[in-house]
Amino acid sequence: MVPTNYYVILSAILFGLGVFAFIFKRNIITIFMSIELMLNAVNLAFVAFSQALGKLDGQVFVLFVIVVAAAEAAVGLGIIILIARNRQTLNVERVDLLKL
Amino acid sequence: MPTHPILEYLWIIPLLPLLGSATNGFFGAKWPNKYVNIVAIGSTGLSFLLALEAVREFFDSGQVLLRREFFTWIAAGNFRAGFDLQMDQLTVVMVLVVTGVGWLIHIYATGYMAHESGYYRFFSYLNLFMFFMLILVLAANYVLLFVGWEGVGLSSYLLIGFYFLKKSASDAGKKAFIVNRIGDFGFMLGMFLLFRTFHTLDFTALFEKAGPWPPEAMGQLGTFTIACLLLFMGACGKSAQLPLYVWLPDAMEGPTPVSALIHAATMVTAGVYVVARSHILFMHAPTAMLVVAIVGCATAFFAATIGLVQTDIKRVLAYSTVSQLGYMFLACGVGAFSAGIFHLMTHAFFKALLFLAAGSVIHAMGGEQDMNRMGGLSKKIRWTYITMLMATLAIAGAPGFSGFFSKDAILLAASGNYLLYGFGLLTALLTSFYMFRLIFLTFHGKQRFDEHKIHVHESPRSMLAPLVILAVLSVVGGWMAAPEFWGGENHFEKFLEPAFANASEHVTQIPVDPSTRTGKFLIAFGEGMGSALLKILWTYAAIAIGVALVGFLVAYWLYLRRPEKADGLAKSMALAYRTLLNKYYVDELYGAVVVRPLVWISTNVLWKVVDVAGIDATVNGIAGGTTAVGDGVRHTQSGNTRSYAVWVVVGALVILAVIFFWPSQMKPVVGMVR
Repeated sequence: MVPTNYYVILSAILFGLGVFAFIFKRNIITIFMSIELMLNAVNLAFVAFSQALGKLDGQVFVLFVIVVAAAEAAVGLGIIILIARNRQTLNVERVDLLKL
Repeated sequence: MPTHPILEYLWIIPLLPLLGSATNGFFGAKWPNKYVNIVAIGSTGLSFLLALEAVREFFDSGQVLLRREFFTWIAAGNFRAGFDLQMDQLTVVMVLVVTGVGWLIHIYATGYMAHESGYYRFFSYLNLFMFFMLILVLAANYVLLFVGWEGVGLSSYLLIGFYFLKKSASDAGKKAFIVNRIGDFGFMLGMFLLFRTFHTLDFTALFEKAGPWPPEAMGQLGTFTIACLLLFMGACGKSAQLPLYVWLPDAMEGPTPVSALIHAATMVTAGVYVVARSHILFMHAPTAMLVVAIVGCATAFFAATIGLVQTDIKRVLAYSTVSQLGYMFLACGVGAFSAGIFHLMTHAFFKALLFLAAGSVIHAMGGEQDMNRMGGLSKKIRWTYITMLMATLAIAGAPGFSGFFSKDAILLAASGNYLLYGFGLLTALLTSFYMFRLIFLTFHGKQRFDEHKIHVHESPRSMLAPLVILAVLSVVGGWMAAPEFWGGENHFEKFLEPAFANASEHVTQIPVDPSTRTGKFLIAFGEGMGSALLKILWTYAAIAIGVALVGFLVAYWLYLRRPEKADGLAKSMALAYRTLLNKYYVDELYGAVVVRPLVWISTNVLWKVVDVAGIDATVNGIAGGTTAVGDGVRHTQSGNTRSYAVWVVVGALVILAVIFFWPSQMKPVVGMVR
């Protein structure tokens, strides 16, 4: 059986990649995908701990996270489409109307 | 129905003027003068009638101290200050004087103020004054007395500054208020000291507790002496004694009825009343008594000298008031409290009359107050002249008039101390002189005004009627205390005896030991007047009459027979004359010693350092600091989505770091993860 540590480490790596991409990529779509990556990294950790502790709580949480992620994807993609239509760009650095 | 309804509901006497004041104050602005008159005169007149009824009931009930607690006003720990009113012999005199004279002056004012704007305002203030003055004299504890005390100060301020558009009037109002505040400071300290010592401020309880204490020795600064001196400091402020008298002459800026009621007849006597009311405390403090006597005597003489040369008719009367108040304190200081209160009463009659008559003169002259521009008025305004002459005879001490009896009683009481007696006599001479000088300058001699410009006319009936009533009182008011040698009986002193039970035994009955040289002289002088005591009393009376006569003759000679001599005398004694004319430069002295340093400190320290550099700088600094911090922090709000993401990550890392590396408390959280 694969030790829990490995799953957690993999989860951490995936999460780190997600954060890294979230900060450094400019394309909104890519940023959006990195969020999904972070969510799934967390899901992985949940499932791993659920397995290790022999409890179902973690798996239930994962289901919740998937549902929320789906909802968030719907809203998020809607916003992205609007931005793309209005501003003809997907570069997040040019979406800065709130800047002082 | 109780047997003595008004005594049971004593609060109605002060309440009526308050209602009148409120009614006129709130609704009077749009009313014609007639309605204002009805409310003002009605409320005070009813109050006077009820006071008469209360006094009748007081006699009916056997003249015992009557005390009623209506409600508790302040209660804290063992401290209780209630709305408690009391009625005793002293209160009887004061209540009758306040409501009676007050009512007459209200009537007079309806004539005097008829053409003034702010008519309703004037009567609202005047009624308010009556309310507070009645609270003052009816109060059964020092705290409630202090309410009245401050309240009359407030109404006095409002009325002095009645013509508030005039700078001198509003300044005079402020001066009166501030100088009074200095005295009130002492009064409050005195109250605190009394409460600390006796744990009560209720008259009856306090005096009962204080009574058995042994009197302090002369020169000993014990609790009684200090408390009495502090109370006397308040009395000095309110009753215009040295060194706090400076506000009273300036208070003449107010309308004349105000000068008559507040600054002559009633309010300024509050200090005398307080000293008389606290006589049990003062009897325990001979040092304080001596101070009271000396201050009173010094003020009497000092103010009388200033009164000699003033040319403003109201100012002469103002200094005369200060001087007469000094007499009252002199009486209290030598232990003759009933003589002091007697002089208070007669003074209320003749001084109110003098002011009202002076107001009538001013009215007749169309607002002129300078006596140098009057003269020869006696024919034109005969009623005013006659009444004013009565009052002058009374204040100068002409035999048979009220002032003669009261002043004689005071001088007799002071005769134990030659210095006090001597200055008292000298003051009597000066009083007689400056009062007849006023009469001669105003009513006799040549006319010194242009008759074509000023139409001299007698005042309306509403003004003359109070004059006549007060003139009658001024003439006969003294007979209730006519001393025995005058063929009468001192009813007044007998009547007040229960109120001053402890004090009377301190007054020396025979002022001079007949066996001494002075005594022998006095007896020889009074030959043929019966017993030795009567001879002595006669002699004292004769001396007082003689002194008054001298004052009259000097005034007659200087201002009627040889008017040019007066100016010559003023020129030959230029320095003394100028000093007196400028009131000893006391105002200037206070200005240089007190006011200017105070203004300087206020400007340069309190304003520019404490306020600007301290308080303002703190407030502005907080505001500036907040702005600066905001200016720095706002750059984090870049609007750039990714920078927000970085902040989120940094925050998450910080939280993680805290969880893992914080010393102890957070460990259980980590343990749960495992």
